[in-house]
Amino acid sequence: MSEIDLATVNWARAQFILTAMYHWLFVPITLGLSFLCAFFETIYVRTGKEEWRNLTKFWMTLFGINFAIGVATGIILEFQFGTNWSNYSWMVGDIFGAPLAIEGLLAFFLEATFFAVMFFGWDRTSKGFHLFSTWMVAIGSNLSALWILIANGWMQNPVGMVFNPESARFEMNNIMEIFLSPVSIAKFTHTTSSSFVVGALFVIMVSSFYLLKGRHVDMAKKSIIVASIFGLVASCFTAFTGDESAFQNAEVQPMKLAAYEGLYTGERGAGIVALGVLTSGKKVGDGQEPFAFHISIPKGLSLLAKRELNGFVPGIKDLVYGNEAEGIMPVAEKMVKGKAAVADLATFKAASKAGDNVAKSAALVRFNENKQYLGYGYLDTPEETVPPVATTFYSFHVMVYLGSFFILLFALFLWTSFKNNLVQQKWLLGLGLISFFLSLTASEFGWVVAEVGRQPWAIQDMLPVKMATTMIGVGHVQATFFMFFVVFTLLLIAEIRIMLKQIKIGPEETV
Amino acid sequence: MSRWPVKLYRFYRDGFRRMTVGRSLWKIIFIKLFVLFAVLKLFFFPNYLKTNFATDEQRADHVIENLTRSAGNNY
Repeated sequence: MSEIDLATVNWARAQFILTAMYHWLFVPITLGLSFLCAFFETIYVRTGKEEWRNLTKFWMTLFGINFAIGVATGIILEFQFGTNWSNYSWMVGDIFGAPLAIEGLLAFFLEATFFAVMFFGWDRTSKGFHLFSTWMVAIGSNLSALWILIANGWMQNPVGMVFNPESARFEMNNIMEIFLSPVSIAKFTHTTSSSFVVGALFVIMVSSFYLLKGRHVDMAKKSIIVASIFGLVASCFTAFTGDESAFQNAEVQPMKLAAYEGLYTGERGAGIVALGVLTSGKKVGDGQEPFAFHISIPKGLSLLAKRELNGFVPGIKDLVYGNEAEGIMPVAEKMVKGKAAVADLATFKAASKAGDNVAKSAALVRFNENKQYLGYGYLDTPEETVPPVATTFYSFHVMVYLGSFFILLFALFLWTSFKNNLVQQKWLLGLGLISFFLSLTASEFGWVVAEVGRQPWAIQDMLPVKMATTMIGVGHVQATFFMFFVVFTLLLIAEIRIMLKQIKIGPEETV
Repeated sequence: MSRWPVKLYRFYRDGFRRMTVGRSLWKIIFIKLFVLFAVLKLFFFPNYLKTNFATDEQRADHVIENLTRSAGNNY
């Protein structure tokens, strides 16, 4: 792979990371807050009380600010596909076209249509139609996320497709297999439920601020009760969907699971690491102990990954060097098959150009025998299949700790609210202030686990990231990286300033 | 039925007129879209394959060439 300029690959990666992580600051707030606005308005319509109307309008304004600043930040990722990732974008065009087109249509018709009613329609449409519109915005926003997550789920588990060596494209041959892939479903449910947690903690942060300042006390208390119930249900569901995601990782991306558990040597009845510090500089096969220190829950990982106490969970070493007893093929063997597939692809193309149908058919038969190992043909060493273990391990564990903490936090907010002594619990309100930022951290770390943990693959087992890139020169990618950095930072500053101004103004008070 | 387009027009017109914080947000949206599409997309993010190749066949050949550059073939 000497022709590949790794500096360009890594800068293209860095640019994608920067834009995806910035984009992901806005999205979970939109997904969570849209449903909270719908809940608030439902209470208003059912009770007819003005204070719920004012409260709904206030949170809708903050929702609108976040939506306006965040909208179209994701389109930049599409720009990057065409410029920095042209091989990848060409190869997946047939698979991604349908879900992304549906996303565009849904976003346009559901969000754009009902968004106007939601903001302009107070007093100008019936209460019922306005409420319906608010719900449609919430459902539409979350359905928009569905399609992009189906596309991402396909990259983690490429099903329902066949590779066409003539066009170099993955072509869809079973749309339902793609749409109903368990990996995609787990990804969607985990991502949206964790976004609901972020939205709920946003409401709790602003409300805690008001309670600490002694302003808008009644509105803040009401908001906290609804957000805590929503957040508690969502955070419990997030734990459940996280468990399902881990199970799916064990099925189709065992290396990712091994990396975020720091499991180097596979075992039956494997324990799950509750707390651990990895040995610095540890490499697969170097004989060092993986952990400087760790506390494990016996058999926990086997239960999580295999749904049985003594199930075998492969470690990084098993997956790289193979484990005959457990039927795991070494990566070196996959690389041989992959290189054969690459050579047969080249032969197929050469024979096709020469019009030699006999040689072309023979090459196709040989290619089909090894095509599931195509991606391994581009690897230089078996160890290249190991993702950055420390980044994946610590991101995963911080995400899990924070996710567990949020369950406790929502329960505490709810308990003190029902005891009617929330205002006196300054420490809890202080936690409420910072927890929103912790939830964004957990959300971003979840993305790191999903995306860093699947390295080196752009498409699992089929296409490594380094083969997905366009070799356009590192200078160009560096320049656009810094441009995005400036644009996004300005947007973030704008969001924070407008949001803070609106929070200072606060909701209309009912006299 | 003919009154519906007028009502719809007035609905949006009045909605935009009554906006307060929305005015700043629309300004940000328009500036952002201009920077994204008229500057970044146009000058810095051309579609590499569409810009450099005229037909899908040429694009496919280029991608296959990239994918098989490292391999010898038996043809």
